[in-house]
Amino acid sequence: MDLILLAVIVLGVLGLVSALVLFYASHRFAVHEDPRIGQVAAVLPQANCGGCGYPGCSGFAAACVKAADQGSLDGKLCPVGGQAVMEQVADIVGLSVVASAPKVAVVRCNGSCENRPRIAEFDGMPTCRVQQMLGMGETACPYGCLGCGDCVAACQFGAISINPSTGLPEVDEEKCTACGACAKACPRGVIEIRLKGPKGRRVVVLCNNKDKGAVANKACKSACIGCGKCVKTCEKFQAITLENNLAYIDAEKCKMCRKCEEACPKGAIHGFNFPPRKPAAPQPAEPAVASGTTQQTNNEKPA
Amino acid sequence: MKTFRIGGVHPAENKLTADKPIRDAMLPKQAVFSMFQHIGAPAKPVVKKGDKVKVGTLLAEAGGFVSAPVHSSVSGTVSKVDSVLDASGTRRAAIYVDVEGDEWEESVDRSGQLVRLSDRPELDSKTIIEKIKNAGIVGMGGATFPCHVKLSPPPGCKAECVIINAVECEPYLTADHRLMLEHADEILVGVSLIMKAVGVSRGYIGIENNKPDAIKLMTEKSQAYPEIEVVPLQVKYPQGGEKQLIDAVIGRQVPAPPAIPINVGAVVQNVGTAFAIYEAVMHNKPLIDRIITVTGKSVSNPGNLRARLGTPMQQLMDECGGLPADTGKIIGGGPMMGKALLSLDVPMTKGSSGLLIMNSKEARRSAPQPCIRCAKCVSACPMGLEPYLLATLSTHAEWERAEANDVVSCIECGSCQFTCPSCRPLLDNIRVGKQTVMGIIRSRAAQAKK
Repeated sequence: MDLILLAVIVLGVLGLVSALVLFYASHRFAVHEDPRIGQVAAVLPQANCGGCGYPGCSGFAAACVKAADQGSLDGKLCPVGGQAVMEQVADIVGLSVVASAPKVAVVRCNGSCENRPRIAEFDGMPTCRVQQMLGMGETACPYGCLGCGDCVAACQFGAISINPSTGLPEVDEEKCTACGACAKACPRGVIEIRLKGPKGRRVVVLCNNKDKGAVANKACKSACIGCGKCVKTCEKFQAITLENNLAYIDAEKCKMCRKCEEACPKGAIHGFNFPPRKPAAPQPAEPAVASGTTQQTNNEKPA
Repeated sequence: MKTFRIGGVHPAENKLTADKPIRDAMLPKQAVFSMFQHIGAPAKPVVKKGDKVKVGTLLAEAGGFVSAPVHSSVSGTVSKVDSVLDASGTRRAAIYVDVEGDEWEESVDRSGQLVRLSDRPELDSKTIIEKIKNAGIVGMGGATFPCHVKLSPPPGCKAECVIINAVECEPYLTADHRLMLEHADEILVGVSLIMKAVGVSRGYIGIENNKPDAIKLMTEKSQAYPEIEVVPLQVKYPQGGEKQLIDAVIGRQVPAPPAIPINVGAVVQNVGTAFAIYEAVMHNKPLIDRIITVTGKSVSNPGNLRARLGTPMQQLMDECGGLPADTGKIIGGGPMMGKALLSLDVPMTKGSSGLLIMNSKEARRSAPQPCIRCAKCVSACPMGLEPYLLATLSTHAEWERAEANDVVSCIECGSCQFTCPSCRPLLDNIRVGKQTVMGIIRSRAAQAKK
């Protein structure tokens, strides 16, 4: 009996002492966290994708609160949650957000099996990174998509997949959050995070080949050969620049007239999400209205 | 018999061409000189379209200290300065020369007479290194590190001995073996030139004992050179690795990077390099040709060819009986460390030690199976690393842990992958990790500088 009593007393005293130590420590070493950080983190999507540029959602929440203390949420955007989430965040920290244009991932390569003949067979580890280290890859284009799907593996939202008929990745615009994980995973920098554009419409050079025209042409039927016809067509808006034998369309300056698309002799420029062109329609008065004779070849349904 | 201490494997030797004397390859119709025939900065072209060149004319000068000049190996007209798909698998800057006749620069001594070091007492260390530098000599074993850099030790380091790498541990290749049998005297003079250049009085020539005829001949000839010793070595891959050879010959281990062989007092040069140095210093002949082994079980007339640099591989193949019908892979170099070529149109470069044809059955890679934790790769790794772990860390992008586990020490010899019973692509993954971690280390160093 004594033994049990003794044990109860000893353990009781030990417990009491420990409780006191813990009580003291919790006060002495308490970390005061701004309660808003927790609140902000609660409204974030918790994808921890790092698309915002911070280490996970809690890191972004802390950054938002810190920025709010300095008076503005400019430049802070959760690409996954988008505008809706940023408005909630702004409510919590008592600020308003400036609307930012939505973006989307664009695969700048049109080197399908048809356009880009295979010159070799790669039988090593089927990842783009390994293939990139070994040189040109399976085709003669050292800049285009390698087709092993490192971007597919990197996407947390299931928004990108390889189309088996073309061998190229395709982006599901509904699911894409523009977090940029695919662009980072691509060893050749084929994927660009680009402005989604009004109604999801945009005109893009679907090529990344910086070789001289003759070499690029040999490697791929739809490669940009740096002829500069599109640049001339776009003289009025100055949206297209030519650097290293590769044309690039500045999404901010582009007026969506799609004249460059018609001018491109290689069919390297593509319009996304435009309504189908009306056959034999008269020339448009407004450049924003799309018309022409050829059927557009985009792979997405109009938004 | 000596060998290195850690790891190693025994691939089938397949030295099909060991008894085939070196023969001269035909002159090509057009020679293509890549500006990336060495490790380091690319060479800078000094000729333009339409220029007439002779054999030995400077085409491009070194692009920095760690770089090497490129000389024309043929006479003719420069047809264009453009780019070429080279053995690296990418398109890079190159000079094209259309061949006309075979006219040599007058400065090159083509007598072929043996010149001993005692015949040229005026040669001092500085002159020798300068001549090597101007001749564009790089490591001929395949790594193509500019030779003069290795011969100029950084301040604070003192060379104690020169080790000549005549191991040729890659299966199939016999270029160095034949070179020793046919040019033993020249090689020994070359070795004494290297020793004089770095100022040491001890030289070793490491030869694996699957070449008993070479060991016998070199030992006999080296009697006249008391400071040079021929060291027969047990056959084990990758004994030709610089660090493995140092361990095998003098029993010293080079610490992990950034330490280099000179930190343990050793300067290692390939036997082909020693021969090229002899030709450059004694006969004023820049590096314009090399011995290449064209081989493979299905090749009808394999052999060792002395070919001019810039010769298209297609021509060498034609001289050895043409490309066999059932070809699965064309490999530039040996089967262990060589690289598959995208086509036979790539030109020969300073580092082309072999052209190996594998049939489709040999070339096939088995489908990888799960790791069974047998640790064979760990036993095989000559650097004492854990390949299974490094490969996994790479696939999971755990760069910090990969760095902590010394991924940068990997010499990419492929022993792990060779020995893996599950056919796992270990080296493929480790290379990704090594490259990424080296990039991280470089950017960290750049940031620290700022």
